Amino acid sequence: MLFAMSHSFLQEYWWFLVSLLASLLVFLMFVQGGQSFIFTLAANEQQKTMIVNAMGRKWEFTFTTLVTFGGAFFASFPLFYATSFGGAYWVWMAILFSFVIQAIAYEYRTKPSNVLGTKTFEIFLLINGALSPFLIGVAVATFFTGANFSINEMNMGKWDTPWHGLEALLNLRNLSLGLTVLFLDRLLGLMYIINSIDDDELILGARKKAIINLVPFLIGFLYFIISLLIAEGFAVDPESGRVFMEKAKYFHNLVEMPPVFIMFLSGTVLVLFGLYRTVFTERTDPVWFAGFGTVIVVLSLFLLAGYNNTSFYPSLSDLQSSLTIRNASSSHFTLKTMMYISFIIPFVFAYIWYAWSAINRKKIDKEEIGGEGHLY
Amino acid sequence: MIENIDLSLVDWSRGQFALTAIYHWLFVPLTLGLSLILVIMETKYVRTGSEKWKKTTKFWMKLFGINFAIGVSTGLILEFEFGTNWSNYSWFVGDIFGAPLAVEGIMAFFLESTFVAVMFFGWDKVSKRFHLASTWLVAIGANLSALWILVANAWMENPVGMVFNPDTARNEMQSFWQVLFNPVAMDKFFHTITSGFVLASFFVTGISAWFLIRNREKEMAVKSIKVAAIFGTFGSLVLIFTGDTSARTLAQVQPVKFAAMEALYEGQTDAGLTAFGILTGKDGADEDGLDEKDIIASIEIPGLLSIMTNGERDSYVAGIKDLVYGNEERGIIPVSEKIERGRLARQTLIDYREAQEMGNEAVANELGKKFGSNDFQEEYFRYFGYSYINRPADVVPDVPLIFYSFHLMVALGFLFLLLQILAWFYTARGSMENKKIFQWILLLSIPLPYLASVLGWLVTEMGRQPWIIQDLMPVGIAVSSISTSAVQTTFWLFAALFTALLIAEVSIMTRQIKIGPKIEEE
Ligand code: HDD
Ligand code: HEM
Ligand code: HEM
Repeated sequence: MLFAMSHSFLQEYWWFLVSLLASLLVFLMFVQGGQSFIFTLAANEQQKTMIVNAMGRKWEFTFTTLVTFGGAFFASFPLFYATSFGGAYWVWMAILFSFVIQAIAYEYRTKPSNVLGTKTFEIFLLINGALSPFLIGVAVATFFTGANFSINEMNMGKWDTPWHGLEALLNLRNLSLGLTVLFLDRLLGLMYIINSIDDDELILGARKKAIINLVPFLIGFLYFIISLLIAEGFAVDPESGRVFMEKAKYFHNLVEMPPVFIMFLSGTVLVLFGLYRTVFTERTDPVWFAGFGTVIVVLSLFLLAGYNNTSFYPSLSDLQSSLTIRNASSSHFTLKTMMYISFIIPFVFAYIWYAWSAINRKKIDKEEIGGEGHLY
Repeated sequence: MIENIDLSLVDWSRGQFALTAIYHWLFVPLTLGLSLILVIMETKYVRTGSEKWKKTTKFWMKLFGINFAIGVSTGLILEFEFGTNWSNYSWFVGDIFGAPLAVEGIMAFFLESTFVAVMFFGWDKVSKRFHLASTWLVAIGANLSALWILVANAWMENPVGMVFNPDTARNEMQSFWQVLFNPVAMDKFFHTITSGFVLASFFVTGISAWFLIRNREKEMAVKSIKVAAIFGTFGSLVLIFTGDTSARTLAQVQPVKFAAMEALYEGQTDAGLTAFGILTGKDGADEDGLDEKDIIASIEIPGLLSIMTNGERDSYVAGIKDLVYGNEERGIIPVSEKIERGRLARQTLIDYREAQEMGNEAVANELGKKFGSNDFQEEYFRYFGYSYINRPADVVPDVPLIFYSFHLMVALGFLFLLLQILAWFYTARGSMENKKIFQWILLLSIPLPYLASVLGWLVTEMGRQPWIIQDLMPVGIAVSSISTSAVQTTFWLFAALFTALLIAEVSIMTRQIKIGPKIEEE
């Protein structure tokens, strides 16, 4: 080994990776965003089929990112995995259900003898498209607003409301992030349609839809960010590990971590730039600006939640049960072993990029949809 | 520590896990095997350039896709169910168990899902070679994912490479290689993937036989049978071999499960292998709750069990009674003693945590040191899970279920070998098309490997009851603290949803088969 890695370095390294997976997931949920337009954007069956096929060739990436996010969180911060999944049972189950019905909907939608009927599978796509970005947004907001659990001396968690996670829906800040993610992914979905389908009418429709969806996105985003920056946050005393409330904690974090601040700002600018290009220009590339922007904004939000002596999963029932990247992590040995394994991630990115561009080289058009090849 | 375990909660959580696992497992083995059969077929296409091979490959690929989608969706649930339903388990072993799941995502699932898109949509977009490489990578990805998940599962059967840390109240990994090269993991990996190979072979030979019966697509059918039968014959051989090595390993690491598989109550030297038998009750449960069964109408191969276990005819095979009540002569500790030791280990942990709470550092240090000592870990902590066991006989799983499942699986294994060899033989001789009865046998055999393979998991999973982690944690204390009704609700939702999806899957699949590859019609 070249240098001895401290446990705290490894914890930060893994928090970064988990955050990166989460931010990629939010971007890749453009698939869900696109699905949510299945009934409202397409003027006819042919256009619907084009939308479904554009999204359908990418759904596996989103899905796999979700799975890997779960696995990586489990391996690096098992106490979070145990506490949140077992506690906020209903929210996670609802998210899972909505993904189960997605996975088969593409493959089965137009196949003859599919028993449930094409329409049912399209409704599955719609449900997944609307529900999962929203609920994932709400679940992530609890990283800032807290959840109702307590942990005993044996590190076993207990949830303190009978609603098992659904109570998060009563908090306006959680809702605002849910809506923000939902509308962001809808916008990204439109941008991806503009990027990958060769059909003027559809593209024009997508640009129009983008204007309408911009409004709720901007309102939600502003509300969440402003309330985040002025809210009390869950700070940790690095010496004793005690958790206490600090005024404007996340604002402080932003100021005290300039790189995160820069990421947040530049990401926001990129997203806005992508939106500008979608609405005011004829370009087909805004998805890349807004997509990259999304990744770094979400990443910066996760880093605000976990770095700089902050509790990333605060407890509302018992402040001292709050989870931090220090007390929720795996052992030094496990984090180190996993770090070596994580070195193959760049290679994974490389082949994904290669395969992606091989498939996207030619845009989806009417001819392909009418052809003999594999179709969703 | 954990009071008032709600038994019905445990049962419903188990039920839900079993339901999702079995649904997952209805689709997974076909993915494992068929992906490789596709590789063989597409290689033939690339080598010969024959359009017929291309269409044949595409036909089986379509069926692959229909099966694949539902395998993916059921897998997602399993991945998160460790957290949602077994959260105490997830903390207790997350440090070790989480790692293979994460590696699986990074190394295997991305490979699979990236190249599956190229495999389906890339026929006209990428070069022939790139396409073939993608098909290869899908097969490799699928089988790699099996490796990692089975490493995780094997660790639960035979926890190795870790040490208990009293400060965090969990087990922590000490050696990644020991976890990976756990003997149980190796046996399990090869046995399980080859079970998938055999299952896929039967899928292909069975459906091809249907075409022959219907007098359609005969050339494609015979060619497909040939590929599948060769693949299936070798698969069966490895399957039987690895089944045998699995059993040997079990005799060492899970002797109770091993004895239950053979319904062996009294330990013996020169123990015979029961090839077939019927179990009957003897005289009800004894005062410790042990309910002995007799084997009647059995066919026994003398000495074979002893040979299988230890390689020698006069070696000793422990019976259930030895394992429960102990056998001093053979150095087997009775369960009651293990319970005592487990309780001592647990009490030490509780005292240690209390001393820490009270700030009594001297006591805490003293007790903390114990956990660092090898003796304590090996002689006491190793039996930690026994502290939750009430009666010694509670460590015995459901013997008849294990016994019958195991024997049926093994019998089917030999039948499969025979059928695949015959199929190979007939295609090699060129007489497959005329063997009407044999074609029917192949067609009707399609469900059998599915049965054998679920039976295998039943042996594995039910055979290790009451443990979720052998000797360390019983199932009862692993559950999340949620209400039984919540789990009941999700159980029924999953049952309804998966069943509906299964029906749709079978219906779509059957229809696609009827449509056929359309090679001859053109
Ligand atoms: C021996 C093989 C095997 C076994 C025992 C399991 N799986 Fe599996 N799993 C596969 C072999 C596999 C596969 C063949 O690789 C699948 C099936 C279809 C597919 O796409 O991949 C898959 C898919 C799959 C997926 C979807 C992956 C994706 O996004 O592509 C998840 C999340 C899991 N599995 C998780 C699990 C969990 C948590 C299991 C245990 C409790 C489990 N699997 C048992
Ligand atoms: C895919 C094939 C599998 C099948 C068909 C299967 C089957 C089962 C069944 C029937 C049970 C219920 C036993 C009971 O009554 O408690 C069970 C439980 C369980 N299995 Fe498996 N299993 C499979 C794979 C796995 C794998 C790969 C793992 C681990 C990674 C695993 C981990 C568990 C756990 C945690 C439980 C719940 C606790 C328990 O009841 O023991 N299973 N499985
Ligand atoms: C002569 C044939 C066979 C023998 C001796 C054999 C032996 C075994 C043994 C001892 C186990 C338990 C392993 C454990 O608990 O860890 C097992 C499990 C299993 N068997 Fe078999 N088996 C045979 C045939 C088959 C066949 C034909 C199939 C399916 C097509 C199959 C599928 C499985 C599966 C899926 C498991 C669970 C995974 C595992 O634990 O390895 N087996 N087998």
